[in-house]
Amino acid sequence: MGDFIQLGIGRWIHILAGVMWIGLLYYFNFVQVPALADAGKDGTAPGITKHVAPRALFWFRWAAVVTWLAGAMILGAHFLDAFLFLKAAYYPIGVGAWLGTIMLFNVWVLIWPNQQKILGMKPATDAEKAKARRIAFLASRTNTMLSIPMIFFMVASGGVFRTAVFG
Amino acid sequence: MKNPLDSLWGTVISGLVITLILYNIVKFALQ
Repeated sequence: MGDFIQLGIGRWIHILAGVMWIGLLYYFNFVQVPALADAGKDGTAPGITKHVAPRALFWFRWAAVVTWLAGAMILGAHFLDAFLFLKAAYYPIGVGAWLGTIMLFNVWVLIWPNQQKILGMKPATDAEKAKARRIAFLASRTNTMLSIPMIFFMVASGGVFRTAVFG
Repeated sequence: MKNPLDSLWGTVISGLVITLILYNIVKFALQ
């Protein structure tokens, strides 16, 4: 029963929340950023920044937390084996876990506080908003870049998949 | 030099390059 909850339910939640997190990350990078550039030209950008972006950011940042916590639950007693690369079997998931952790840091420390300034949830001057826009953009693009190796190591870390990829 | 993260293709290609580098490091470490 313990394994069922920790590994079975844990992995299910990890993947559900992960799909929401990375799905919204891809939405921001592949859809919203280019859409805002066009919307700025015909004055429709406020519809996105007022009604869409805050809702997307809410699910995005909390899905990131749930994904990380469920991942930590799956690792359980092997948490340090993965994060400190103590056992060879945990090297692949250790790399994935570190990439996911860096991405969680980017969400809460770089993306969210700067998005609050951009969307007017926090007071900021125009210069501060311009700086916040660049930081949030680069952090979001960094996460998109890191998601590629992160997902590779997540899917190549268990059972037949690990054997197929790493021998 | 342009920042590769300024374009979507640059971002995706950078991600693939990092994947390849990390894959080889881990594969070497597991030998």
